[in-house]
Amino acid sequence: MKKIEAIIRHFKLEDVKKALSENNTHGMTITEVRGFGRQKGHTEVYRGTEYAIDFVPKVKIEVVCADEQLQGLLDTIMQSAQTGQIGDGKIFVTDLSNTIRIRTGETGEDAL
Amino acid sequence: MRRYLRTAVATMLALGTVLVVSSNAFGQEEAIKANTLAANNGWMLICSALVLFMTAPGLAMFYGGLVRRKNVLSVMMQCVFLMGLMTVIWALYGYSLAFGGDPSDGDSKWIGNGEFLLMHNVSRYWDEEAGAPVTPMFDDDLQLTTLSHMLFQGMFFIITPALICGAFAERMKFSAMTLFLILWGTLVYCPLCHWVWDGGILAFGTGFKGGALDFAGGTVVHISSGVSALVCALILGKRLGHGTVDLRPHNMTYTALGAAMLWVGWFGFNAGSELASDDLTPSVFAVTHFSAAAGAVTWAVVEWLSRGKPSVLGAASGAVAGLVCITPAAGFVNPMSALLMGFSAGIVCYIACSSIKATFGYDDSLDAFGVHGIGGTLGAVLTGVFATRACWDIDNGNKLGLLEGGGTRVLIGQIVACLVTWVFAAVATLILLKIVDVLVGLRATQDSEVQGLDITDHGEEGYIFN
Repeated sequence: MKKIEAIIRHFKLEDVKKALSENNTHGMTITEVRGFGRQKGHTEVYRGTEYAIDFVPKVKIEVVCADEQLQGLLDTIMQSAQTGQIGDGKIFVTDLSNTIRIRTGETGEDAL
Repeated sequence: MRRYLRTAVATMLALGTVLVVSSNAFGQEEAIKANTLAANNGWMLICSALVLFMTAPGLAMFYGGLVRRKNVLSVMMQCVFLMGLMTVIWALYGYSLAFGGDPSDGDSKWIGNGEFLLMHNVSRYWDEEAGAPVTPMFDDDLQLTTLSHMLFQGMFFIITPALICGAFAERMKFSAMTLFLILWGTLVYCPLCHWVWDGGILAFGTGFKGGALDFAGGTVVHISSGVSALVCALILGKRLGHGTVDLRPHNMTYTALGAAMLWVGWFGFNAGSELASDDLTPSVFAVTHFSAAAGAVTWAVVEWLSRGKPSVLGAASGAVAGLVCITPAAGFVNPMSALLMGFSAGIVCYIACSSIKATFGYDDSLDAFGVHGIGGTLGAVLTGVFATRACWDIDNGNKLGLLEGGGTRVLIGQIVACLVTWVFAAVATLILLKIVDVLVGLRATQDSEVQGLDITDHGEEGYIFN
């Protein structure tokens, strides 16, 4: 099993969710996150006092899938989240040792 | 300010033409008086409510939005608690210290006496001779009850100390704030109020160096609170992490709406200071509105030109600066002067809040000094420039301001009153802070500051989105 963590733009969330759902993804978790990569932050000024805002708000989507589904899902996310501009985000993939469905106690891919 | 016979006569004449009156001349006069009283009651009670509305929700939201989310309740609590605390003091002895006695009858020019202690000579009483209840009158010529006057002025006694809270926001202990503002209200506000508005040492005409024209509180409210705020900011020191951690306002929507509420409430503050609904009142209302408008536009445009973007906080701050600036002048200047005063306030207060604060490095968290201290002083001085007898002939037909050819007489009185207020407020605040520091300590602990005063001082959180 793999865990995909995709950090994307807020306004792309609906597109990505829709594309993943159409691609047989059974569930996902999203989190509001802040961070920076190549996209620079911005400056805010309050009564003349400047604040450099380095951390840009993004949305993180977590999806878990069977190994053979991975490439399909990555392609789906790439297509639906891309604008081509700096700040589109990143995708991280990690090996996942186990999944457990709390209701039934099923484990592994059965629990997905 | 207390008005004179002229106003009452003008009102009576005006009312006399529309009233259905008895053929008896005495009855006619009584009927006019009763109608004037009814009009004044209606106006003054609405204005009193408007001024209370300025402290909360107005100031509570304006200031509350400007702090970090962990301190939003501490600021709102300061406003709401002061609505209670200062009112209790006002009822017990504050009103008496400020307005008790009449210096023109030989009473003290420095401090009020016991005339209104515990609401004596304020509350309604039973008149044995008449066999009827009586409401004491503050001024018979003006048709103003003492109760209306006490209530209206009592709302000023709430908002003035609440303004100071902007300087020590996010770092002063609640206990220290409470003790400090009880002392400040008693020993700074009440005397100053007596000096300027009850025939004391700064009253126009009879005061030191000719005294001050202060229609609704340039010296009494804004300079006193603004300068005291600066001293508080200096004595308490900067907030933890000032200059390095993120101190951005947590909710600009509160701040924008709070400023709008202040703008509305200010109509009561200034136009109510006429203490009557008469021929001058609409003029006061108009100049208040015009100055706020010019201030809002100016501050935002200055930002627009110098930084490329007009900010919401800029427009909101500019409106407040314009309102502060017109406050001492409100009954003495015409609408076009008000536009100029709002314009000046927008520029000068912007510079005070951005450049001056940065240059000297004090942490006046919410710019109580930059807006109220500087704006109030600017307004008091400009009153000496723009005041005109055409608005209020307060000096027996003599010209008033510099602009209408009254010479420097009024201007000098204004500057002297500013200096006296600055020095008095600064020295008294310094002494009171030292006393409070010894008794309970001024500053919240480092832990408390990091965690936020909402939790450590009040055991609550502002936002729980479950």
